[in-house]
Amino acid sequence: MVLEKVIDMITELNGAERDTVTPEVLLTELSLDSLDIAELILNIEDEFKISITERETLKSVGDVVAYIEKNK
Amino acid sequence: MSFNIIGTGSALPNLVVTNDDLAQFLDTNDEWISSRTGIKERHIISDETLFDLAKIAGQSALVDAKVSATEIDMVIVSTLQGEYISPSLSCLIAAELGITCEYLFDINMACSGFIYALDLADTYMKAGKATKILVICAEEMSKLVDWKDRSTCILFGDGAGAVVLEQGNSLEALKLKNSGSAQFLNVSACAGNNPFCKREKNEAYLKMDGQEIFMFAVTSIIEDIRNILQATHHNADDVSHYLLHQANMRILQTAQKRLKLSEVNFPHNMEHCGNTSSASIPILLDELNKSGKLHCGERLLFSSFGAGLTSAAALIKWSKN
Repeated sequence: MVLEKVIDMITELNGAERDTVTPEVLLTELSLDSLDIAELILNIEDEFKISITERETLKSVGDVVAYIEKNK
Repeated sequence: MSFNIIGTGSALPNLVVTNDDLAQFLDTNDEWISSRTGIKERHIISDETLFDLAKIAGQSALVDAKVSATEIDMVIVSTLQGEYISPSLSCLIAAELGITCEYLFDINMACSGFIYALDLADTYMKAGKATKILVICAEEMSKLVDWKDRSTCILFGDGAGAVVLEQGNSLEALKLKNSGSAQFLNVSACAGNNPFCKREKNEAYLKMDGQEIFMFAVTSIIEDIRNILQATHHNADDVSHYLLHQANMRILQTAQKRLKLSEVNFPHNMEHCGNTSSASIPILLDELNKSGKLHCGERLLFSSFGAGLTSAAALIKWSKN
């Protein structure tokens, strides 16, 4: 459920096909620039009502999903 | 008793520097800059001085207000750095314009400077110390940025914007906020040549973490606008024009979309001015005023953010015909 929502948010920003966004993919491989990443973080914070304070630890899509599931 | 805005003015340097011009000496291009910032060109000081721009903007605002220099009893200049560290730009500009008031000073509140100046003006008006105030925001960002840093120098432009205020009741709310950190946005002071100083000498250029500032800006704009509307019991639709600090189109659009407001209510000029720090809102205000887009009775909401980190917002009712 969280993964699906995160994929929605990423593809909305980068326009990529959904099947290209998997838990293993690194955020740096998603054709997102630094402001896209910032917008993604804001969207996640709003959607899941969390505050992401350890952004440097989030390397992959799977890391983001795990962080949300742990903190929401 | 607070104030009414009765005149606006602005001045931009003659030299227009396009993104293609920047690509002549930076590893960048128009598509990259335009798509990430919305900025197409900016005005950069070459032959003129910041003093010239501040003077023209101030004179233009006085003419628009139909007020003579001798009627002004206070001058506030917002600038990151005037012609000199000392004397202040306000001292020089007042003398040049023929203003002989007691109260005059510069403030350095970076991109939020215009709204901080309005707050000071409001205070002096309420105290009965001033009846007509000239506010000038004048910024020469081109001498503060590192022209070898393609991530920052592309964003900024030079310019000046001004307003004349007189006693009135246009100001409905004003909020200021500061977090007190230089971590994500700063300009180091000139190090001087003290032979005894043991500190490492920093380069005196603007440094910015764009991602952090983007997040701070978007969240601050949204929070400040919501707080102002709540405090004044207004709906978002009661505001005709949201004048945001003109830093980056993506900040403006992200905030506008998250507020679920129409883009037509968010005027912008960053595409031809770039980020002119505290001058950005008064320059935009002057463009709207002079092009007849503002109507008496409409509400305007100013919102800014910048080094400090500060954010500031003010709601006014436009009282000028």
